[in-house]
Amino acid sequence: MGDVVLVAALVLASVLTVMTPRVLRSALALALTSAILAVIMFRLSSPMAGVFELSVCAGLIPAILISVIGLTRRLGPEGLAARRFERLKRYWYLPVIVIIAAVVLSQLDLRADYMVPPVPAGGDPRTVLWDLRRLDVLGQIVILLGAAFAVVVLIKELRNEH
Amino acid sequence: MNIDEAGLFSLFGVGILLVLVAGFYCVLVSRNLIRTLIGVEILTKAVTLLLILAGYLTGRTALAQSLAITLIIIEVAVIAVGVSIVLGLYRHDDDVNREALKKLKG
Repeated sequence: MGDVVLVAALVLASVLTVMTPRVLRSALALALTSAILAVIMFRLSSPMAGVFELSVCAGLIPAILISVIGLTRRLGPEGLAARRFERLKRYWYLPVIVIIAAVVLSQLDLRADYMVPPVPAGGDPRTVLWDLRRLDVLGQIVILLGAAFAVVVLIKELRNEH
Repeated sequence: MNIDEAGLFSLFGVGILLVLVAGFYCVLVSRNLIRTLIGVEILTKAVTLLLILAGYLTGRTALAQSLAITLIIIEVAVIAVGVSIVLGLYRHDDDVNREALKKLKG
């Protein structure tokens, strides 16, 4: 039960971080997300990583972000009101997507064979990649295709500008 | 994998995927570069949790913690460099909008 509450709090805090209109509040919500993650780490028998998460990610990184926000120009109430509707149009999809994804994913049986089989010393890396870590190869292919897609989109945008 | 482990993996797996969705959405939709960096941070939170979960389920918590700590250190370096790029851009264009990046040449 405690784990369910913690996971729900983590998801809500991350959605709040994205949705909140002020960047300053977004940085504070990020600190909250990190703090919840640190508690989860303590529960999952990883106290050292939890301490790092709490001190660095919930303390140092929001402090860096807040100092940068302090150095940039603040948007006035008129500018904020003008942008609010435009922001809302772009961001309202997120809670809908998260709720739909949560419903769909909770119906799926998420089981993974996450134990990596032992690799013999002096083994061939090709054998390891193709026989034991096929999922990693799939991930690499997806990342490469994503990069190629990004390059195509950027070149297209530049061509349109010219 | 016993029932408890399977349940824990499903629960945290769904949570990790939802946090990834929020992070990707933030990176793709945000025009403010500071918010884009925050989106990258959210993505790394999901990956850190995945590492810790894998370590807990396989009983290799020391390895998972060392990887998570390495990830946190890299995260700080990425944020520091990203923030300095954003500040440089702000001094150059008086704006932290992603569109301002298109004006850069050379």
